[in-house]
Formats: sequence, structure tokens, C-alpha cells
Amino acid sequence: MKATLIEIGQLTRFTGRYFHELLKPGFEWAEWARQCYFMGNRSLPLVAITSFIMGLVITIQSRPTLVEFGAEAWLPGMVSVSLLREIVPVITALICAGKIGSGIGAELGSMRVTEQIDAMEVSGTNPYKYLVVTRVTASTLMIPVLAIIADAVSLYGAYLGANLRGVLSWTLFWHQVLESLAFGDIIPSITKTIFFGFAIGMIGCYMGYHSSKGTEGVGRSSNSAVVIASLLVFVIDLLAVQITDLMNLN
Amino acid sequence: MPENEPVIKIRGLYKSFGSNKVLNGFDMDLYRGENTVILGKSGSGKSVLIKCIIGLIQPDSGSIEVLGQSVSALHNSTLDKMRMKVGFLFQSNALYDSMTVRENLEFPLRRHRLNVTKQEVNRLVEETLDSVGLPHTADMMPAELSGGMRKRIALARTLILKPEIILYDEPTTGLDPITSREISNLMVQVQKKYNTSSIIISHDLNCVKITSNRVVMLIDGINYASDALNGVQASEDPKVREFFEH
Repeated sequence: MKATLIEIGQLTRFTGRYFHELLKPGFEWAEWARQCYFMGNRSLPLVAITSFIMGLVITIQSRPTLVEFGAEAWLPGMVSVSLLREIVPVITALICAGKIGSGIGAELGSMRVTEQIDAMEVSGTNPYKYLVVTRVTASTLMIPVLAIIADAVSLYGAYLGANLRGVLSWTLFWHQVLESLAFGDIIPSITKTIFFGFAIGMIGCYMGYHSSKGTEGVGRSSNSAVVIASLLVFVIDLLAVQITDLMNLN
Repeated sequence: MPENEPVIKIRGLYKSFGSNKVLNGFDMDLYRGENTVILGKSGSGKSVLIKCIIGLIQPDSGSIEVLGQSVSALHNSTLDKMRMKVGFLFQSNALYDSMTVRENLEFPLRRHRLNVTKQEVNRLVEETLDSVGLPHTADMMPAELSGGMRKRIALARTLILKPEIILYDEPTTGLDPITSREISNLMVQVQKKYNTSSIIISHDLNCVKITSNRVVMLIDGINYASDALNGVQASEDPKVREFFEH
């Protein structure tokens, strides 16, 4: 219990330092752009395939129930609301927790145990600013971008799913989707992915930056980054739903 | 700074990790142009000592002066200026895996924001690679290099800022005897060519023979004995003898 509280305290201090370093002059633009490119580019295929399948599967599985109640016409609207509000942001965040979070944890962990972080400090570089601030800021930006792309791809999957057992024109599908969706569905959904991105980047960096005990420690950092970030995604999602509900945005 | 003044002056240095007292009032001077080897058992605090000198670890108490400046009194920008004059060769080489050899060498030049042109950077990279005997490796990745080559590149990255002092953390660990001798000879060449003063942490007695002008025995957290290698080897003290008899 004591160890957990100490860990939470250290994580809080590590997070506080992020804002302090972010506001100090001398942002590492080149490294940030490089991280944005890697995070976006390398995660996009995985996120796109997963969200396409989710759109397809949810539509196929929802169809029989709606047909039973004679509400087949509601299929595009119902599926799009569930995908965009909940399924796609959470699935995208979980995939990114696995891919980006573990990648950051392993990379920084390996840099820590091979003394590359110390070498950076000796070379006149603030390693926190160069490694942590850039990665956390990049994941905070790129995960919402990936989620927006995933939203669009999942709707395309839903369109194909709707046409497997019936005929629904492209125009009619989009008309029904846009009629069902409101800003109250989209804005909270995108907003929570910003927090998902921040949490994934921060946990990955924290675990990697404090890695120890050689290669075993690197493996542990990477693994902990995925587990804790995934758990945090659900906690943030729960809080986001509560806040949205309280603000009557649902 | 007068010629006979020490470039590094350490007085009463204490450092503990929990209940483990690593440095227990360590004193030492390093003079200009001198290679001092620090010998001691594993875990005796040798690496901690040189990390305290470069400001990577804060000592509990005591003073360290590098080129006349107290390390503990330096702030970030002045500490960076001091670090430009003190090179550090890490035990694991600490080459950046994601960068080419050229980028690794350019990194300290760019980060210390020196006013050097692109042509000057290229010239310095080529000249430094040449001085460590690896002129054709600029576009290779660290993973493509052998252990000895990585050590040379790490030394080149240290040398590119033309430091006055170099701190070597176990420079021959993990290398075969031939490569180990080559690296030791290279360290002596560097001392002569760049007129550097060095502190060398090593367990390798062949490296000590080749590189040392003076040997300091770090035992029980203090400067237990200090002399030329022959003098230390001839010591009758059982704690010193124990080190050379095994």
C-alpha cells in the first residue's frame, strides 16, 4: 500500500514537471514532429483495420435485433452513435496503449539502462524536455487525430455491413448517420481521446524513464505501461461519461 | 588556471544510498595532463564518484571543483558550460540507437548551441572519426558496429567538443584482450594529442598498465592509497595487496 502511494506521488510529480517544462521556452519542435509522424504513421494501419472491422461487426450483429422490432431503418443512426460515442474512441485508445504506450516504455527504458539519458544530459540537453515533453505532447495530439480517422473508417465499415443483407445507398446511409449524430455525441468523444492520449504518453514515459535492473526492467516498464494505460483509459472513459451526463450533453 | 593547480579537486565527498555508504569522505586531485586510474571492487563507488564529478549524481556532502568551479554551485546553464570541457565515456557507450554515427557525433555540437557552420560540423565529424581510426563509419547505425568500434565512436563523440578532462567509466569492460589493448593505446594517444587529463575507472590491469600515470585505490569509500602503479603494487597493506593478488 505504501509503495503504491509512493508510486502515485512520484507519478503526480512527474506529471507536474511536464507542465512546468512545457511552459519553459525552448520547445523541441523537431523531435516533437518526428514523434507525431512515428505515432500517427505507425499506428494508423492497425487503428484503421480495427475500426473498420468494429463498424462492420457491430452493424452485422445489431441488424437481426432491429429487424425483429421492425426498426431496420434505425440501423445507421444507432450504429453510428455507438461507434462514435464509445466503441471507436475506446478501442483506438486501447490499441494505442498497446502500440504507442509500450513503445515509449520500451524505448525510454532501454535508453535509461544503456545510459543514453545520462549521455543526453552530459551533452547539454534536458532529457525530460527532449524525451518526455515531446512524446506526451505528440500522443496527446495524435490519438485524437487517429480516433477521428478511425471514426470515419468505422462508419465506412458500418455502411458495408448494412449492405451485406440489404440495399442502402451511400447518400441515404450518410443522411441517416448525420441526422442521428449531434455535437453532443462528437465533442465529448473527441475531448476524451485527448485525455486518453495524455495518459498513454505520460504512463509510457514515466515507466520508461524510471526503468531499472537491465533488460528485465525494460520488459517490465513496457508491460506496466500497457497495463496501467489501458486501465486508465477505462477510468477516464467512466469519468468522461459521468461528466457528459452531468452536463446534459447526452 | 596555473599549470600545477589540479583540474579536479575533491574534498570530503560523502554519498550514501539508503544505509549503504558508498563514498565516505573521499579526497582526490587530478592534475593537468595526467591519467589517474581509480581501482576498487565492484560496488565500491567508482562510477558514483565520476557521476558526482559531472553532476549526474548529487553527493550528500563534500566539495568537487572542476577547472576552478564548484560543481554543486553551478546552475543548469553554467553546468552545461562546464560539461563542454569534461567528456564522459559511458561504460555501455550510450550511443543513441536511433541515430547514425554522424548524428551521434553532431548531437553534442548542436545541443551545446555552438556557433559552427554545417561545413565546420562535417569537418569536425570527419576529423574526429579519423582520430579514432574509423573514418568510413559516419553513415552506419550503432547496431551495425562491433563492441570495439562502438567504444571508439563513443570516444569520438566525447572528443568532438575537445574536452580538457575525460572521465572513462570502465572503457575496456566486455572487450576481447586485443581490442582492449587497442582502446587503451587509443586513450594514451588521445591524452597526448589533445593534452587531456583523465580519470579512468577500470578493473582491467592491462588497461591500467598502459594508461595510468597514477593509481588511486578506492577502498571503504576513501582514497585508501595513491601512487604510481608500481608503488601501489609494491604496497604491504593487505587490502591493497588483495586487489593485485587475485
